[in-house]
Parts: sequence; structure tokens; C-alpha cells
Amino acid sequence: MKAFSALLDALVFAPQRSAKLRLMQRYFRETPDPDRGYALAALTGSLSFPHAKPALIRALVAERVDPALFALSYDYVGDLAETAALIWPARGGPAEPPRLAAMVETLGSAEKGTLPGLVAETLDQLDESGRLALLKLITGGLRVGVSARLAKTALAELGDVEVAAIEEVWHGLDPPYTRLFAWLEGRGARPAEPGGLGFRPMMLATPLEERDLPTLDPADHAAEWKWDGIRVQLASRGGEARLWSRTGDDITLAFPDVIAGAAFDAVIDGELLVVRGGVVAPFSHLQQRLNRKTVGTKLLEGYPAAIMVYDLLAWDGEDIRALPFAERRRRLELWMERMALPRLALSPLVRFTSWSDLAGIRAAARGDGIEGLMVKRWDSTYRAGRLKGPWFKWKREPLTVDCVLMYAQRGHGKRSSFYSDYTFGCWLEDAGGTRTLVPVGKAYFGFTDAELAELDRWVRAHTVDRFGPVRAVRPELVLEIAFDSVHLSSRHKSGLAMRFPRVSRIRRDKPAAEADSVDALRALIAPI
Amino acid sequence: MEAENGQRDDPVTGSDDRPPAPHTRLLPNWLKLTAQGLWCEAGDFFIDPGRAVARAVITHGHADHARPGHGHVLATPETAAIMRIRYGDRAGGTIDPLPLGEPRRIDGVTVRFVPAGHILGSAQVVLEHAGTRVVVSGDFKRQADPTCQPFEPVACDLFITEATFGLPVFRHPPDAVAVDRLLTSLSTFPERAHLVGVYALGKAQRLIALLRAAGYDRTIWLHGALTRLCDLYREQGVFLGELALCSGGRRKELAGEIVLCPPAALADRWSRAFPDPVIAMASGWMQVRQRARQRGVELPLVISDHADWDQLTGTIREVTAPRVLVTHGQEDALVHWARSLGLEADALSLTGYDDGG
Repeated sequence: MKAFSALLDALVFAPQRSAKLRLMQRYFRETPDPDRGYALAALTGSLSFPHAKPALIRALVAERVDPALFALSYDYVGDLAETAALIWPARGGPAEPPRLAAMVETLGSAEKGTLPGLVAETLDQLDESGRLALLKLITGGLRVGVSARLAKTALAELGDVEVAAIEEVWHGLDPPYTRLFAWLEGRGARPAEPGGLGFRPMMLATPLEERDLPTLDPADHAAEWKWDGIRVQLASRGGEARLWSRTGDDITLAFPDVIAGAAFDAVIDGELLVVRGGVVAPFSHLQQRLNRKTVGTKLLEGYPAAIMVYDLLAWDGEDIRALPFAERRRRLELWMERMALPRLALSPLVRFTSWSDLAGIRAAARGDGIEGLMVKRWDSTYRAGRLKGPWFKWKREPLTVDCVLMYAQRGHGKRSSFYSDYTFGCWLEDAGGTRTLVPVGKAYFGFTDAELAELDRWVRAHTVDRFGPVRAVRPELVLEIAFDSVHLSSRHKSGLAMRFPRVSRIRRDKPAAEADSVDALRALIAPI
Repeated sequence: MEAENGQRDDPVTGSDDRPPAPHTRLLPNWLKLTAQGLWCEAGDFFIDPGRAVARAVITHGHADHARPGHGHVLATPETAAIMRIRYGDRAGGTIDPLPLGEPRRIDGVTVRFVPAGHILGSAQVVLEHAGTRVVVSGDFKRQADPTCQPFEPVACDLFITEATFGLPVFRHPPDAVAVDRLLTSLSTFPERAHLVGVYALGKAQRLIALLRAAGYDRTIWLHGALTRLCDLYREQGVFLGELALCSGGRRKELAGEIVLCPPAALADRWSRAFPDPVIAMASGWMQVRQRARQRGVELPLVISDHADWDQLTGTIREVTAPRVLVTHGQEDALVHWARSLGLEADALSLTGYDDGG
């Protein structure tokens, strides 16, 4: 348990992906089975303790700590699990704290009635960091900035295999993953593949550089719309279905409407969208449905989800990923015709004769739900990862607006001495004609290293106020902000939210008074 | 003890038509709270005054306790040396070193310094007058510290205690945990410089001494703001091993090395030249993760020069004072706890002290 809590402590503070990978690899290498397997399960969100609720923790603490002292402490710390871990009276438990595996096995199989006693007993045997690890583990959400994908990447590097190879076997395995570790360490065979519902790592595209166009033959390529939703994979077999996110997270339970009627034997690749009456809604509507474990009737009716289908990976038990795109597409069209499923639509191909022809189509595409175009080689097989060449994404030109820099915040890791996160605003005029700046977004990329240094210097020289790591600056610097789209949002003061805002230029030449207004930004909202 | 220069400041105890604040009920009539700080009327001197006064008794050398420009300063010899280094000519009109443990009579008040265990030279002030003994703790801790003498509890009638970490969530682990954490990170990331933010006085030298005790014998690199005080500690016999100033171009070459700097330098442009630095910070505040993350710290090291909750409450029990006044920090929780024990307790608002942990 000591090694696991030390790992969590290090991960929560490590800002860089590379550092997180190194920490996980070290842990997996040095920790024996089955502890490391349960740690892997915790990091990938594969453990659950349905009876462990925050109320249980509160009740246990209330039995041990003066309520006034607890209230003052909770006010100060702000997080229940951390307050409880810190304030828990030390008992000086046994010299050797319990092992992670023993703890997970005992608490995972405990009945509702006996769980509080077991949790208290375990907390008594741990130090502060162990207590925090335990409380976060059982109440769900380690919140250490590690996705399931990143944990699997660490494993892949450990075993010197592709992360795709881990994804392929992952869904047939259960904690504590002893066979997986044995395989990765060359002590055992590759665990058998599951029966068809497992996640197949996705094929991704690289951005199309316009200077590459002359080297590409239009006749070798197909084009289709790049829809503005999230990439998903839908697998169905024997009356069962699974919906996977791009990173291999199982999101089946959150989308019963999409799954309904998926009684087929196939695996498809497509874009998950909210579609009403055949019209694709903006991304912000889909966001209402994301990051939920389950979904209620109201959301299902208000935000009906559907899939725009791009590709077919398997049909009737046959894996067709090694066939060229042209053949997969032919089979996909045939399959769609036979199935006629209400929540699946075929993503149409875009016909074109030359690259300039396609560029014109791309420029004219302002419809909502479209992010741009995908360009795929007719002969491309479906391979995991982001390979340059077979598939390109050609996003439409971003929108831009001139904003005024209002606040800057220090970054993390390599950027911890730079003010690199920028909050910017547009002018809002009230009924009396007074203009004030209202924040409309935040950007932390888009600039070069030289521009970052310039912005950092400017922020330091024009600071008017400080709030912890944030500086307020004189509203004098205009930034041209590029973004993919803008939507109404009740979460922001300006009532607007941008997608992928980034700093595209520093406009030293432009006086702040001439920056754009909130109304001008509002006018860029795509029609529904 | 006569002031050699400057006029005596008029104590400001609040206007007469208001009832006295609760804390004045717990103070003996010869000790008063004034705008400058705690004032011993019977001996006519201030303890750690926030502004320059004619006569000051100083508990330790941190700048929020030891201000420059007093007429007469009574302090331990180590604290006096620290003040001379920091303030030069402005350290005080006369500096009167009083070794730990030696009593001094000042106008009918007996004053004695007793080790506080906070930093080199730090002391509690024991005041005795008219049959009453008052102990002003100054800043203190109970953890062992290789750079200063350990805290000595003194039984008293009134204990005036600090409460920087006066919440039961603060229970500092043994300092070996932090040292181990730093050394583990160094072996995990040997290509990155390890930049540790430390207070220039006390924390820096303690961390170095702890690293040496743990067997770390490589050169430890210092930001320029730390060198003079490290030299002073060495002169006082504290073993710090090989130290070097990391200036200019050297910074690029310090991958895998430990570099100590003041906390402010971590976010400063100064830190940029280091190869992909791990930002660490040694402070009691690092125990609360949110606070550490807010500061952009990647490697929080919980090493505190202040008493944690268990040390605060343990000390209050040990000194057996029926009355307790709680100064700067998290007073509410400690006052609540002391009252629940049947003690008379209140907060005493002394302004101007930092919460550096």
C-alpha cells in the first residue's frame, strides 16, 4: 500500500505526461503481483466499491473527531477525502501496513453492513497518504490526471509492445491482470483475444498540409465530412453491444438510445452526434450527454444521440481491417442498406475531381456539425494509431476575433515560470452606452516559444493585480484568437463558449478600444 | 536597560469607553497588547514588535519577528548575529546578547530565553513578575532539528502560543519522509535539476543538514540569497558539507543535482535556465495538496519549522498553564480545543506576522 500511495502522491503533482509515464513504469516494475494489478485496475477505473459513499466517510470521522474541529478543517482543506485522511487519529498500527491486494479483496467483497467497520480498521493501519489513497480508491475517482489510456501506454512501454496490442487483449481480462503482466514480462503467452466485443484501437488522421497537395493524386483518395462529435466504435454480437470511446473507454451505459436495436454481428467506426429530425446539433448539445455513467429520460428525449458511420471493421465474425478502404466502404454501404437502423446513418462521401474543387467545397461548408473534411486513400487498410499518409483531416479555416488580454496564469511543468494561460475579453456595451470588457475565453496554445516569451514579458510589465498564480493585466494588448466554432453557453458570463480557442497572432498594432465586441462574436454562432 | 536613542512609543490599548477585549482579561496587568505588539509595561519593552521601538526583546531572526531599527535589542547571541547579517548598521542601536537560560532583571521583571526549537538561536521568552510567570512561545516546533537546540517546556501561568498550523489536519510526518521523497525523485528523474524552494533562514540549513545525515554527499547548489546565512550556520558549528553558488551559466549543467532557492525564485525567470526542473518546495503547508498544487509545485516536501496540531496541543498540556492565548495562525480551532479542556483561552491578534511554514 505504501508504494501505491506514494505513486498516487507523485502522479497528482507531476505535470508532464512523460513524468507520469516514468512514475507508473517504475511502480509496475518494482511492485509484485497481485498488488500492481489492482493498482492498474484503480488507474484504469476498473474497480468499484458500490457501498462506499462519502456519507460513510463523514460518519466514520464524526465518531472520532470533535465536529467543530472537523468543520474548521474541512473549510480549510476543501476536499472531504483529504480532510478525513489528514484528521484521522493515528493509531500507530502494525509496522507493516496492509497490502493493496488484500485491502481491495476484503473491501470489495464486504457487505454493506460490515463495510464501515472494515474501512475504519484499515484506516487505522495506514499513514496519512495511505489513508487518502484508500479513501479515493473506494469512493471512486483517484483524480491524479491519468487516463486509462495513459496507464496502458506505461504498460506498453514496459513490455515493449504497441499500446494497441494491450487494447486488443484488455477487455478479456480482469484485475489483478496477472496473465497480462506475465505476457509483458516475457514469462507467459499472450492472453487470448475476447469474443468480438472488445475495443479495436482506432485509426487516426494527421492534418493535411496544403503544400502536400501537389504530391497527392485526387484519384487515389476519397473524401467525406469530418463530423463535429466524438469518434466511437460500436461492436455488437449475439444480442450484446458495446460502445467504445476513441480512447477505449466503455460508454455503453450512457447511450442506450444508440445501442437500442443493435442486434447484428459487426463492428463499426463512426462519429457520435446529437441528431434531431435528421439535423445534426452543435457539439455543445452532445456535451450534455458526455461524461455521464447513466442517462435519464429527459436527456434522452432532449438530446437524442446517433452515429454517423464512417467505416466497417468486422462483419459476421470476419475481421476486415486488412481490406482496403474502397472494399470496406463497399461492404459498409451494403451492410447499412440491409440493416436500416434508426440511430445509424451512413456518412456520405464527398465527390470531387481536383484538389481545388475540394478546397472550394471545404470553404463553402459552414453547416453546423461539420468540422471539415477527411481525405482517405482508397487503398488504406485500417491500422491503429496516427500514421502519416493514409488518412488526412482537413479542418475548415478557423474563425478569428480580436480580443483584449485580461488575465494570465502561470503554466505547469516546463512552463511553470511562464505566464502561459491567457484569459481574454471582448467589449460589451450596456444600455447607457458604457463599454466594459467581459471575459469570453481562455487559451494556452497557438503561440511560438518566442511569442510565449514576449507575452510573458508583457504580462510581468503590465500587471495591475495578483490573485495567487493569476495576474490581472492592464487591458491594453490585443490578441487575435482563432477558434473552430462558438456556441451559446449559460456557464460563462459572456453567454458564449468557443471551441478550441488559441492565440493566432499578437496584435501590437491594434489599440484595445478597437478589439471586437461580444455582439460581433455572437454573430459567428453557426445557425442550427 | 535604557534606550539609547528614540522616544518611547506610547502604547495604544484602545479607547477607555469600550469594554476591554477578552484577551486583555487573560493578560496580567503588566502585559499589554499595543499597536506595535506585545508590551511589557513593568519592564518597558516590547516582544517582537512590528515596528521600530526603543526597547525590543526578540525571539528569533525571521524578518517578521526581528524588525530593523530598534533602539535596544535583547536577543540570544545567535539571533543577534543573524540580525547583524541581515540588517547591518540597522540591526539596532545597541545589541545586547543574552545566552539561553540566563536570567536578566529588567525593572522588576525577570526575563529568560529558553530554546524554542524553531531555528538557530530561536527562543521562548519567559517573563516573571509579581508572582506570575508568562511564557511567550515565539515560533516553535517539537521535532528534532540538527541545526538548533530542542524546545524546552516551561511550566507557567499563562502560555502565549503561536498557531501557524493550528488545525488537526496538520500532523507533520517525520522529516525523513520528505528527505526520502526528494532522493527517490532524484533517482527517478536523474536528467532533471531538482529545485527546492526553502526559506533562506532555517529551512535551507535544516534541509541541507538532513540530506547530509541521510548520506547525500554531493555538492548542494545555492541561490545567491542563501549563502550568507549558510555561512553563519557553519560558523556556529552546523555541518552543511559541500555547498556552491549556482550562478549564470552553471545552471544549465545541474541536471540531477539539488538546488536550493527562496520560494519566490521558483516562479521567477531565474529558474528557467535549469534543465527541465522538478519544482519542489519544503514547507509545512505542503501537507495540503490543493495548496501545493496552487503553487505549481511538483514535489511537495512536508518539512515544517512550526509545531503541528499534536505538538501544539501536547505542549499546551505539558506547560500546565491554566490560561492560554493563541496568536498568529489558525487560532479558532486551538482556542476551541483548549476551552474544551477547561482552560481559559482566547485569540490574541498580533498583526504583521507571516504564515511562512
